[in-house]
Amino acid sequence: MSASATITPLFVAIPLGAAFLTVLLARRWGWLADGLGLTATFLTMGMAFAALGLAQRGRTAAIHPVGGWDPPVGIAMVMDGLTLFLLVTVNIVAFLTALYAVNYMRAFTAKWQFYALFLLMLAGMNGVVVTGDLFNLYVFLEIAAVASYALVAFGTERHELEAAFKYAIMSTLGSLAVLLGIGILYSYTSTLNMADMAQALRGHEGAAIPTLAGVLFVTGFGLKAALVPFHAWLPDAHPSAPAPISAMLSGVFIKSLGVYALCRVVFNVLGMPEPLLSVLLALGALSMLVGVFLAVGQWDFKRLLAYHSISQIGYVVLGIGLATPLGLVGGLFHLFNHSIFKSLLFLNAGAVEWATGTRDLRQMGGLRRRLPVTSGTTLVASMSIAGIPPFNGFWSKLLIILAAVEAQRYGYAVCAVVVSVLTLASFMKVVKYAFLGATPERWKNVREVPHLMKAAMIVLAVICVVGGALLLPAVGEPYLSSAAEVLKPGLWVAD
Amino acid sequence: MGAYVMCFVLLAIGIYAILAHRNLIKIIIGVLIAQCAIHLFLVLIAFRRDGEAPLHAAEDSPALMVDPLPHAMVLTAIVVGLATTVLLAALAIRIYDKYGTYDIDKIRELRG
Repeated sequence: MSASATITPLFVAIPLGAAFLTVLLARRWGWLADGLGLTATFLTMGMAFAALGLAQRGRTAAIHPVGGWDPPVGIAMVMDGLTLFLLVTVNIVAFLTALYAVNYMRAFTAKWQFYALFLLMLAGMNGVVVTGDLFNLYVFLEIAAVASYALVAFGTERHELEAAFKYAIMSTLGSLAVLLGIGILYSYTSTLNMADMAQALRGHEGAAIPTLAGVLFVTGFGLKAALVPFHAWLPDAHPSAPAPISAMLSGVFIKSLGVYALCRVVFNVLGMPEPLLSVLLALGALSMLVGVFLAVGQWDFKRLLAYHSISQIGYVVLGIGLATPLGLVGGLFHLFNHSIFKSLLFLNAGAVEWATGTRDLRQMGGLRRRLPVTSGTTLVASMSIAGIPPFNGFWSKLLIILAAVEAQRYGYAVCAVVVSVLTLASFMKVVKYAFLGATPERWKNVREVPHLMKAAMIVLAVICVVGGALLLPAVGEPYLSSAAEVLKPGLWVAD
Repeated sequence: MGAYVMCFVLLAIGIYAILAHRNLIKIIIGVLIAQCAIHLFLVLIAFRRDGEAPLHAAEDSPALMVDPLPHAMVLTAIVVGLATTVLLAALAIRIYDKYGTYDIDKIRELRG
């Protein structure tokens, strides 16, 4: 067993163990909560980078048989380029939001409950990414999802509870669609191991039953990824959660549970049937347009960001749905970039709320002098999401637009350009209303946020600035290109 | 075949209950019905006519063995469903505390 296969289960075990330790110990010794949360997320982030160093290139997968039972009988945990890509993205954001939460969550009672749920959610997300077994994927998906319902309701105020209930009902329906799809595929192929299932489905790409399962997966994972028309829960749920959780949910949760799982199943298991790809393209373009149109009119800072998440996920799905080499790289690159700048924006919104107590853009104004770090990092993130060179968002959008032109899908390319312009307009509004202009009397005594919150925001902003470098072959080859490699046609190769 | 049809009818009833009812508790019951329908579907795909548990069936006749794997899946799915249902019920209780009603038309404060 190779080194990267040995550490694969730890991505689930560490956060899961830390979550239980938090419940056992930190409820008595409150100071342990921060320590456990930070240590666990730091360890998983470190391991993700270490695994990057071990260089599991391309579609060659390192397999860890759980409990020593070899696949296809036992559950396998698989580490390949795409898994590694998601693990690094998820765990960077998880560590930085945990760092931010140390100061931010002081305002809430029962910090240990927050960390316990946070770590459970992280364990679920990492589990979805590393598992090579379809039913196991469902179980991890539900672990992450149930933890996220509780986290959305964490403030237990009227709106938070309402949003959490709506989110929980819709997301449960999505999970049921996934479970039904898994049942159908299992009865068709008699296996649950993804690689084995892909082998069994070879030559049956267009058959009715796998297509039915594919539609159920698009519905289920589409609900988790908040693609239009399955998006109604996101603009309520993401703003209702505490800021670090909004950052996790919008930054990585909808991607690991939604986009990653969708790609894995549609591309690797079902062998990318043409009709499903056209559905993905259409849903991606629709999400882009609807999300940005709804975002432009919003005045609640976090709600505006939530609508932009729908729109940006549209870009990711559009890029991946093109299924050309350039489109895949562009889509995955945008996935990484969006994780970074959207979690940064939610942390910024949390910082503004922490300092001023409001999320309404109309009541802000002139905060630039009082909150220099927050306003500076917001400016960086806004320019990234709007696609201004040289920030990371520009390069990935450019790649997606080029890929659409190259595939002769001109309509989609025009959509992507128009949405980019509207995004820019929307974020000019944010920066103008929140940070520019004269400082009103009531914000004269506003103080900048504590150091750990600043540190988290600054690190994310630095990644936004230098993120474009991933396109250089020397930097991005083991990370970005080898992830895109996995989604190309053909079967997996076991290491 | 009839059993499969009934299973999907049950699923449709569950989804109808979620969509049509305005009471939080009835919506939760709808989710439960839909969950049961899926669990039933998983049990059905394991079923073999005249089959037996693999432990009792003759060794050379896999066609007469009931597939045990979906049963394990259903057990897991029931546990997952329990967690979801308990959380939904807890949320419903907290909502009742705040709003004094289970009617979602009266709870609607967030715009879509």
